[in-house]
Amino acid sequence: MRPTLPSLIHVLIPVKRSIDYAVKIRIASDGKGVDTTVKHSMNPFDEIAVEEAVRLRERSPKLVTSITALTIGPPKATDTLRTALAMGCDSAIHITTPESSVVEPIAVARAIKTIIDRGVGESKSDKVDLVILGKQAIDDDSGSTGGMLAGMLGWGQGTFASKLEIEETGNVKVTREIDGGLEKIQGKLPMIVTTDLRLNEPRYASLPNIMKAKKKKIETLKPEDLSLDFTPRLETISVSEPAQRVGGGKVDSVDELVAKLKSAGII
Amino acid sequence: MLRAAVRPLRASAFSSSSKVQQWRLASSLVFLEHKGGKLNDSSLSAVTAAKTLGDTAGIVIGSKADVDGVVGEAKKIEGLSKIYTASSDLYAHTIAEAVAPLLADFLPSKSITHLFGAHTAVGKNVFPRVGGILDTSVIADIIALESSGDIFTRPIYAGNAILKVKSSDKDKIKIVTVRTTAFDKTPIGSGDAPVEEVAEISSDSPTKYVSEELTVSSRPDLSSASRVVSGGRGLKSLENFNTVLDPLADALGAAVGASRAAVDSGYADNSLQVGQTGKVVAPELYVAVGISGAIQHLAGMKESKMIVAINKDADAPIFQVADVGLVADLFEAVPELANKVQAAKA
Repeated sequence: MRPTLPSLIHVLIPVKRSIDYAVKIRIASDGKGVDTTVKHSMNPFDEIAVEEAVRLRERSPKLVTSITALTIGPPKATDTLRTALAMGCDSAIHITTPESSVVEPIAVARAIKTIIDRGVGESKSDKVDLVILGKQAIDDDSGSTGGMLAGMLGWGQGTFASKLEIEETGNVKVTREIDGGLEKIQGKLPMIVTTDLRLNEPRYASLPNIMKAKKKKIETLKPEDLSLDFTPRLETISVSEPAQRVGGGKVDSVDELVAKLKSAGII
Repeated sequence: MLRAAVRPLRASAFSSSSKVQQWRLASSLVFLEHKGGKLNDSSLSAVTAAKTLGDTAGIVIGSKADVDGVVGEAKKIEGLSKIYTASSDLYAHTIAEAVAPLLADFLPSKSITHLFGAHTAVGKNVFPRVGGILDTSVIADIIALESSGDIFTRPIYAGNAILKVKSSDKDKIKIVTVRTTAFDKTPIGSGDAPVEEVAEISSDSPTKYVSEELTVSSRPDLSSASRVVSGGRGLKSLENFNTVLDPLADALGAAVGASRAAVDSGYADNSLQVGQTGKVVAPELYVAVGISGAIQHLAGMKESKMIVAINKDADAPIFQVADVGLVADLFEAVPELANKVQAAKA
């Protein structure tokens, strides 16, 4: 087990640039994807991950030595890293990919593992103790990167976290959202945590912090620098519109509504 | 490799007819989820999806007491060729760190081509870890599959687009979670599948279960409820939210949900949020009360079989998707509806 004395925790936060959650997406004309010439922002669950790491340090300043943000994406994903830096991350790593390429969760998990194996920080000698990821990206809705990474590393996993506590002994307590309630688990660093919506309310980056973030360091790497293979394993056959619902019209009274429920066999 | 990175969409090969043949001999395994000594209904939808490919077995993993409790029920699921069981204290509470290595070892040893499970909190926790250990993709939350066994359909962008993908040979075992509302449940009936015990794999889990707090409610769980009554900003306060919606939910036997507007205004707890950043539900009946119908909310409920909307604004977008719309003051219409539903049941 890794030494887990105070002030030794290095946190890694993988973040994803995705289409802004408020954008109504449109299917691309080739039927193989969606129109991506729209507003993008940080995946909302990843904002929660960044916020949690920053709060962890605010709660126990001695416990957290560094917070590194990591993204795998096109050159524009630098904006997402700047947001993470403005929220309180210390440094960032950007593995750049071509604009149009799709990097699947399995490739992302492998890339994160490669960075963890290599180390983070100035001299790349800092060992990552904790990775906090969003529970899912709101574009592909796969929700598998965190669990895959934990499986690849053999680390413990606290998925769908709504509460995270880390003691100076390296004990980690996670409250998880499960179907029908909450589950508490306990583990040891190093560990993988994925965020649920209830974990926290992410802060807005202040203007001074946005300015400061511009001076923070982003290490830029190419997949081949790390011998990473991002060839997709899943071939997109089509992306299509979901079946459109057609409304059934209105009724004039509660009695008519009750009659409709009766004829549908509901009551 | 560089070229592969630049042209990812062209990289996948078409499978030959011999490969199609191979999938016809698919041997699927369904991870049968259980809780409190009862099989989880959602797994029965996963069984239906798996059986479209041919031979299907089930596996029950858990503490000895739990496995003994549900294996009788599991055997009777229609059309399963075998039930495997793996029991150990390690597997209690379905800790992913203990269960995933077992599955990762078991699947190749039995030449399983497809692992299916429900897209529930348990499935979403365990399956990616199996994928990580086996270096295999997870195809999450499918709503359809083709009998060739390598083509799957799943919603993306919170259901605002439908993606059809073909899995390549690089993923030797297809690891699939199933949107339970998209497949009928295979009945537990007269099946009598033989049972085979699987030896425990001792793996020292780095995490352990501490406790759980299940929401004690006479109402069904929002994610799996067959009926949902949801409230929005139109309810105007936390107090109204409860006093207006509860009688209707109770009369219908429904779970209570909320729009993001209601959650952000403090009328309802976060866990009740239905929508793109909350829960995606697809019940038989969804009653939207005082909800305008923003796209983010529709994304979480538009697969419901029947949508009823009650709103005083006749132009609210919710009426475009509602099967039955009632333009009325919810503070009058909802109590009246609750009474009449109650009366109709009696």
